[in-house]
Amino acid sequence: MYLNEWMKNFLFKLVFVVSAFFFLSPDILHAEWGLNMTQGVTPISQDVYNMHMTTLYVVTVIGILVFGVMFWSIFHHRKSKGVKPSKFSHSTSVEVIWTLIPFIIIVSLAIPATKLLARMDDTSESSITVKATGYQWKWKYDYINEDVTIYSNMAEDSVEASQRNSGIDPKATDNYLRNTDTALVLPVGKKIRILTTANDVIHAWWVPDLGWKRDAIPGFINDNWTIINKEGVYRGQCAELCGKGHGYMPIVVKAVPEKEYTAWIEGTKLALKSKNASSDKDFTMDELRAKGEGVYKANCLACHQANGQGIKGVFPAIDGSPLANLKENIPAHIHQVIYGKGVMPAFGEQLSDTDIASVVTFVRNNWGNKTGHIIQPKDVVAARKK
Amino acid sequence: MSSQTIADHDHHDHKPVGIKRWLFSTNHKDIGTMYLVFALIMFFIGGSMAMVIRAELFQPGLQFVDPQFYNSMVTVHALVMIFGAVMPAGVGLANWMIPIMIGAPDMALPRMNNMSFWILPFAFALLLGTLFIDGGGPAGGWTMYPPLVLQTGKAFPYLIFAVHFLGVSSIMGAINIIATVFNMRAPGMTLMRLPLFVWTWVITAFLLIASMPVLAGAVTMLLTDKYFGTSFFNAAGGGDPVLFQHIFWFFGHPEVYILILPAFGIISQIIPTFARKPLFGYASMVYATASIAILSFFVWAHHMFTVGLPITGELFFMYATMLIAVPTGVKVFNWVATMWKGAMTFEAPMLFAIAFVILFTIGGFSGLMLGITPVDFQYHDTYFVVAHFHYVLLTGAVFALMASAYYWLPKWTGYMYDEKLAKIHFWLSAIASNVLFFPQHFLGLAGMPRRIPDYSVQFADFNMISSLGGFAYGISQLLFVYIVIKCVLGGKKATSQVWEGARGLEWTLSSPPPFHSFTKPPKVTKALMDY
Ligand SMILES: [Cu+2]
Repeated sequence: MYLNEWMKNFLFKLVFVVSAFFFLSPDILHAEWGLNMTQGVTPISQDVYNMHMTTLYVVTVIGILVFGVMFWSIFHHRKSKGVKPSKFSHSTSVEVIWTLIPFIIIVSLAIPATKLLARMDDTSESSITVKATGYQWKWKYDYINEDVTIYSNMAEDSVEASQRNSGIDPKATDNYLRNTDTALVLPVGKKIRILTTANDVIHAWWVPDLGWKRDAIPGFINDNWTIINKEGVYRGQCAELCGKGHGYMPIVVKAVPEKEYTAWIEGTKLALKSKNASSDKDFTMDELRAKGEGVYKANCLACHQANGQGIKGVFPAIDGSPLANLKENIPAHIHQVIYGKGVMPAFGEQLSDTDIASVVTFVRNNWGNKTGHIIQPKDVVAARKK
Repeated sequence: MSSQTIADHDHHDHKPVGIKRWLFSTNHKDIGTMYLVFALIMFFIGGSMAMVIRAELFQPGLQFVDPQFYNSMVTVHALVMIFGAVMPAGVGLANWMIPIMIGAPDMALPRMNNMSFWILPFAFALLLGTLFIDGGGPAGGWTMYPPLVLQTGKAFPYLIFAVHFLGVSSIMGAINIIATVFNMRAPGMTLMRLPLFVWTWVITAFLLIASMPVLAGAVTMLLTDKYFGTSFFNAAGGGDPVLFQHIFWFFGHPEVYILILPAFGIISQIIPTFARKPLFGYASMVYATASIAILSFFVWAHHMFTVGLPITGELFFMYATMLIAVPTGVKVFNWVATMWKGAMTFEAPMLFAIAFVILFTIGGFSGLMLGITPVDFQYHDTYFVVAHFHYVLLTGAVFALMASAYYWLPKWTGYMYDEKLAKIHFWLSAIASNVLFFPQHFLGLAGMPRRIPDYSVQFADFNMISSLGGFAYGISQLLFVYIVIKCVLGGKKATSQVWEGARGLEWTLSSPPPFHSFTKPPKVTKALMDY
């Protein structure tokens, strides 16, 4: 039976976890259940892991000693055993000793910690610089010097599965909540400088396998670096509360050989160019709605909700709103998507003309909105020119 | 002074009755009781929010609440537990116990005492009311970091004014405690004879007076940033969002000790009583408490290692933070040495006190780990931090409060509580809280950020275990309410001394004590504390 199986699993893990944490070796701690910090794939992450383990061992030994003495006392110095309480109430020498010993221990921990911190602080001599900008709720990556900018949203199947009572099993979703539509591609073996900043509120960029996290603060730029030693896909997410979509800001780093990285940069440049070039083409209503639905899920749904109702008092409804229904409001509607309004961010930079035309068409012809209005990329181009 | 006090009493030694007794009360015990009852109610309100959180996190996927509401649960849970449950419970104990521990008839400033309590229900009405207005309650975290907090809707001004009221109330309570301890001690009650609970509260009161105005300043700057066009925390206007974090944590770190120092005091009263042996290293306990309090003003940026401080700053705050382990260690060693060669019995207060020593120390260990800057870059804002502060605040501060409740209930009510049920309450609480919080260490280390309503599937197992522990802990606390009510209604009569090993002035008064505690100042001699 499920419950039985579960109970067995539960008890086993409980016993395992308690014993492992206190007594066993780091290899077992590192077993498949994700009990311990990752050793990661960079020189720094390995050092951080080692420092973590050293401290963990130190406090474990102190714990065993202190609690050992205490439990010995608890078992032996009981009134029920007829013990007469002793009357001592201080001892200067003992008190000096147990002030000094902890002091020595923390000094011996502080020395390697200081050295490690100095190493982490040195961002010099990096060969590639990427700027990560946090948005509510996605990441933008600028490859400085390459003129490549990509936006990284949570993957669409995760968006769908993460809706309340979606009925979709998270376990059946590919890397639920930790998958993006576009990954940050980086070369292995190179020193990469990663700058973090934000557009709206404070976020934090964190991929555990790289060994650190750093806040992304609007108006300020933080400086970090990494060298990824192993090819692979490394996943993380925003670590600083940034509003409603905080849990839905995954980060995917794809570490590839340098050659592959160069090819990817070139390919992305071409793709970006053609994406921006298609604005003179006209689409049918069905094409626009189909494309617009995807754009809506990635960019609008977090606030305006799947049903277009928004959240009362926070995010306005689109379904039935004058802006999305009245013909005379079409220019205003396009303008608001491009330039934002109040809490609503400006999407003009990150969405192409076709994206904006599709999503505006989509919301004007979805739910109760049955306007029949078709917006073409060229309308968006015109709006941008104004 | 003392003859004056006695003369006053002859004039109005009547006990007001009915609602007036409570509304207009200037009696330290009645006000103490109101504080404690209020704290217990808030403990359940904050606890029910924790239940919502754990229910949502029971499984991956979003089942019960929207992310926005989830965030407001996280935010309001913290504000309610800190400002509504733990702090008022501490002030309630101080009100009840300090006058009778130092041989005074009442608190020094009884009318202010009344006001500092009655502000609280209004402050929380403002705060909790926001959950029912359009846009919901504050959802930017109890730390209220801008710019996020500035996106709060209609709840924003309510949040700010609630915080202001809470600050005013705390400062008044703190002034009262300092005035009482420095002016109303019975003859012979020298400073170095003060019970440790009184000492820790005096130090806490100074922390409150020094840190609360800073919080008030910070939230006022938020208010003007939102409504009056200032840019203290807005980079576009020349401000700095990180400035808020500096100011907030300059308040926030001492605040942590405001929550835990009274707990240290409680434990230092209880362990000697049940070990039947004087507290080991009384003087070093006082000095350790004072040094923790002073150090607490120099470690604030360890909450913000990831904001991008200059390396010299990070090193300074790392060293200062690690240094706190020394006086904290002294306290733990002293408690163990107090037990050593005692003649211990294990009634409910002692059980909670022992659990406090162990579990608070575990929280201290993870605290030391978090203090190491380069490793904190991994721990920061994960469930490892959530586990850490719940070990020090729930199995720490709240366990100490539970211990104090059982320790002093017979003194307060005149009846013994049901020891058997209390022991069951202890074991349920101790086991459930560890099932609840220990797995959160693993979740954090494995990479689960805090304050998220839904998580990646590799975190599913430990979240389920943690939630089960949470539900069990929540339900077990209902037993506590039952035990308290049962004890108030009756039971075995308590003697004045209550516990065989209890020493100090409060145990020389009848149980319950007379309405005006010490109408004649007692003479305090060293023998009073002797074993
Ligand atoms: Cu974020």
